[in-house]
Amino acid sequence: MNPYTSSGSVATMTANVSGNDNLNDLGDGPRQPGDPERYPVGAVTRRLMGYVRPHRISFTASFVSAAISVILQLYTPILIGEGIDLIVATGQVDFDALLPLVTKLALVVVGAAAFQWLQGYCVNRLSYETVRDMRVEASDKLSRMPLSFIDSHAHGDLMGRVVNDVDQVGDGLLQGFTQLFTGVITIVGTLAFMLSINLTMTLVVVLVTPLSIFAAGAIAKLSNKSFTAQQRIQGQLGGHIEEYVGEQKLVDAFAYGPNAQQRFDALNAELYIAGERAQFMGSLSNPGTRFINNIIYAVVAVIGCVGVITGVPAALTVGGVQIFLSYANQYTKPFNEVTNVITQIQTAYASARRMFALLDAREQEPDAPDAVELAAPQGEVTFAHVDFSYVPDRRLLQDICIEAKPGMRFALVGPTGCGKTTLINLLLRFYDIDAGRIAVDGRSSRDYTRASLRRAFGMVLQDTWLFEGTVADNIAYGCPGATREQVVEAAKRAHAHKFIVQLPGGYDTVIGEDGGTFSQGQKQLLCIARVMLTDPAILLLDEATSSIDTRTELQVQAAFDELMAGRTSFVVAHRLSTIRNADCILVMRDGQIIERGTHDELLAAGGFYAELYRSQFAQ
Amino acid sequence: MIELLRRFGGKFRRYMVIGPACKLIEVIFDLLTPLVIAQMIDKGIGAHDVNAVIHYGMLLAAMAVIGISFTLVCQKMAALTSQGMGTDIRGALYEHINKLSYAELDRFGTPSLITRITNDVNQVQLAVALGVRMLIRWPFLAVGSMCAALAIDLKLGMIFLICTPAIGLVFWFVMARCIPYYKQLQAKLDRIALICREGLSGTRVVRAFVREDHERERFAQAADDQAHTAIAVGKLSSILNPVTFLVMNLGVCAILWVGGIQVNVGELTQGQVMAFVNYMTQTLTSIVYVANLVVVFTKASASASRVNEVLNCVPSITDENNEPVALPQAPATDVDAPVPALSLSHASFSFGAGAANAVNDVTLELPLGKTLGIIGGTGSGKSTLVSLIPRLYDAGTGSVSVMGADVRTWPLDQLRRVVATVPQRASLVSGTIRSNLTWRDEAATDEDLWAALDMAQASEFVRNKPKGLDAPVEAGGKNFSGGQRQRLTIARALVGSPQILIMDDSASALDFKTDAALRHAIRERSMRGAAEGGLPLTTVIVSQRVSTVRDADMICVLDHGSVAGLGTHDELYATCQLYREICQSQLRREELEGQQGSAVPALAPSPVPAPGAPTAPASVCAKEGC
Repeated sequence: MNPYTSSGSVATMTANVSGNDNLNDLGDGPRQPGDPERYPVGAVTRRLMGYVRPHRISFTASFVSAAISVILQLYTPILIGEGIDLIVATGQVDFDALLPLVTKLALVVVGAAAFQWLQGYCVNRLSYETVRDMRVEASDKLSRMPLSFIDSHAHGDLMGRVVNDVDQVGDGLLQGFTQLFTGVITIVGTLAFMLSINLTMTLVVVLVTPLSIFAAGAIAKLSNKSFTAQQRIQGQLGGHIEEYVGEQKLVDAFAYGPNAQQRFDALNAELYIAGERAQFMGSLSNPGTRFINNIIYAVVAVIGCVGVITGVPAALTVGGVQIFLSYANQYTKPFNEVTNVITQIQTAYASARRMFALLDAREQEPDAPDAVELAAPQGEVTFAHVDFSYVPDRRLLQDICIEAKPGMRFALVGPTGCGKTTLINLLLRFYDIDAGRIAVDGRSSRDYTRASLRRAFGMVLQDTWLFEGTVADNIAYGCPGATREQVVEAAKRAHAHKFIVQLPGGYDTVIGEDGGTFSQGQKQLLCIARVMLTDPAILLLDEATSSIDTRTELQVQAAFDELMAGRTSFVVAHRLSTIRNADCILVMRDGQIIERGTHDELLAAGGFYAELYRSQFAQ
Repeated sequence: MIELLRRFGGKFRRYMVIGPACKLIEVIFDLLTPLVIAQMIDKGIGAHDVNAVIHYGMLLAAMAVIGISFTLVCQKMAALTSQGMGTDIRGALYEHINKLSYAELDRFGTPSLITRITNDVNQVQLAVALGVRMLIRWPFLAVGSMCAALAIDLKLGMIFLICTPAIGLVFWFVMARCIPYYKQLQAKLDRIALICREGLSGTRVVRAFVREDHERERFAQAADDQAHTAIAVGKLSSILNPVTFLVMNLGVCAILWVGGIQVNVGELTQGQVMAFVNYMTQTLTSIVYVANLVVVFTKASASASRVNEVLNCVPSITDENNEPVALPQAPATDVDAPVPALSLSHASFSFGAGAANAVNDVTLELPLGKTLGIIGGTGSGKSTLVSLIPRLYDAGTGSVSVMGADVRTWPLDQLRRVVATVPQRASLVSGTIRSNLTWRDEAATDEDLWAALDMAQASEFVRNKPKGLDAPVEAGGKNFSGGQRQRLTIARALVGSPQILIMDDSASALDFKTDAALRHAIRERSMRGAAEGGLPLTTVIVSQRVSTVRDADMICVLDHGSVAGLGTHDELYATCQLYREICQSQLRREELEGQQGSAVPALAPSPVPAPGAPTAPASVCAKEGC
């Protein structure tokens, strides 16, 4: 394949980067990201507590109010039971005692409700604020990471950490912990209250209730298997849908519908069998526990009533029976909840580990303390014996020497993967060189602050990047204070004005995600306008390969020419005109500059360039 | 929801009656339980009769056993109904999607269709299951408890009549307010993800412009915004549980007090008061469940209407009653057959009423066995134009004919077998190379496949695969390079001997040599097809490369949907300014010079037509200045 025609500079670069394990890896070598060994439970918890500290008022309040609310809630059945004992029979109702008791009950209930609300509110506040803090920190962290890190990790994975994992931590850990806490208090409290009334009956409740937990567990185990089967088939069917409905137009064009339908129907039928089974099994758990609970209810009722009559096994009042009945009813609930919460907390720990792994990754080196500002750059650039590799044992650039006087135009030419785009990475200090020296205006680029160095450059990559916002905002990206006139002027010079004013909203048209409906060429024109506005001394351009349409390409070309006038420029060139108009063509191969000179000189030399030229532009 | 039930529920009507009926029995037993306990207390404890207590205990246990047996039947019915209906709906939906034409697919959008057939159907399925299982249980339990309480004592029952609607109101109030918030919350979370994604994909740009602080600020704002909304929702939704608890237990207070008065005057017994307390608990738990059901059904009904929207969408392109078209007899000797393979007559197409025409008044005729090249910028309507040929879209005005017959008279199946398309985006589906290649012809032999691969310049790398034709293909063809994928999609179109081949910019990832070899192979095949007495292969090539189309028998230059020029390379170069501009940006000077026989400045900004350039009368150039 012709090396010229394959596209994607970033892809090339990432390919160069990936496949190594010596980088600043999230998982540190073979170990998985968020390795439990690297982050033991204790350490994770301590660190999380660090995030909670700024919100400790919410934190403490939520726990205190949880405790108060649970205890008050548990106290109500006792009061109700006592109340029933005051209502014995006709003429035997103790109103003197009943009134204060009912009042007390009302107060307890109001208190319980109030604290329950307070607890809910505090936990929410705590978890969402903590989530926000973590999220902002994680996102900040990404902005301080070296490019090598961002290039070598799947963006989906990094985003997952910032968005989903952080959510998991919030939901699972913070809410989970309060639920766990509430559950434990409920269990302990119930036991204590029951014991305060009657030991024997307490034993009865404690001994029979586990039955329902076992029942729930057994059913869960049974249904798990069918759920797994269902999920597997659902996954297959989902895959089919994703692929075939995703390619529905293709299916249409090939009249392949009936065949796709056949496969779909087969999977769908399979899913019916598995799904029906799984759903039936799964739907057993509620009635199952309800059944056991009903039996327990009967047992407690009978034993309690016998106790009231005979005093054996326990001397109880009718109200006492009521109390035990309601405790028996609610005693099992926290157990089930606690089991659920524990799995949730485990997931949350895994998420927390993944997030911490990101937060602990090594950042890019900060600017040197004595770094200077690059003010009023002239545009002189020198590479002196520069060596660079993305991966230590795979050398990429070797002994690169370039001397660019202000205003000179360089075309970088060579097969894919030869290191052309790497030069751009090095100039902007996205990556730092291993050996040699890159100087701007006679001073090593390391001596400047990154910010001022980068401001000296203007960059247009073939992977255009526009963010969600208006056209004007996108053009003014590098120059936030720019007036509308300046933006329009830049757009005009970039040959973008014409199509912008044709948009429904003109300069205020909102660009959707990923550049919305703009064509590749239009996107590139906007990017050129953006650079035009910042008026940099040095240009780094990466020409698009084949994806641009010809008409726009002419405009892009004209815009590039306008942009390059009077500026030092380095162009990763794909277009004949660019190459021919360059002051110097740098022919790169395997990380070295093997030929340099003007188009005519190089053609006359009949070397690698001449060969490449023929394979690209001749048939 | 109702519409879906009517359409798909008929088969399951029996289940939908049996299930809830069985559930009802359990509910009735649940309702009786407090009464039995009351009896146990009043008859057993009141009369100091241990046997009576045990007797009632046995009754409770028996009720539990019978209750669960019936429930199991109900759960089974629910599973059968919901999964059965889900399966039917899914199948019908998929079948319908297969019938939709491009216009409808564009309208819904692929991601939306995928959600509809997966999540939305699942949502409906869940609602059906819960409907069978719970729609009877919880409302009946709530109402039943209330009725039971009222039956015991009207006065005490009044407390129920106050508490129940109170809870209902609270739920309605809170949920009505929360639901819009939830939507906002999701949108805000999506925004966080968007900013994060933009930040990652644009790292280089952000850093090159030194706007890290701006991005940080943007993210922090979005995160803060989301947190604020989440806390606001939390504040509201955390009211629910405490208020339920509060109302329920204040009700109990009232029951104790009023119950005390009633017992004192002999209107009620102690056991009955207890029953009241238990009914109170039951009613209010039921209401919580009812509220949850309401949420599920609200979601499901939104899903159901999204499903219905697809099912009710009438495909705009149908081939009902179309008789198969007889292909023209092989004109082995007479290449200029009277019947053109393809002809467009004033064909126009727009994507929506009011939108500009994407294809505007295109008229052209392509004889059998010839090659048509279509060139033009992005958005000039090239892809749209060629998708009129296999009738993926219907021309709004004018007509498109294939083999002399208007495409609207063809059975779609036959038309799309005669016309093979290589789409712009080279995508394969998971399976094997073979399963991908046999899309057009299930019965294709190995020989056929290899012949197609040879033509598509793909046989070499396929042969190098250990499993050859049976080499696995991952979803989307991810395990092949762009160029390999493209060649496989070309081979896919060539299997099953199409009479017309459309290549929609489908050689863009191929290098010039492979591209040329491919075109050569296709031409050879066309000629061989004719020589063997079959129809010669007619080809339509869409490209942005001049080199790909320059040898075509006819080149159509498109500009904003209209024909800017129609003719051969030489004709167009001489007469069509747009075509010339395109050439000059792509071809080397020598080539152009050689062509024109005079010096044309290859890189001049606005080239002047070379003096003495041949003017071709056959060429049509509609563009001004051409």
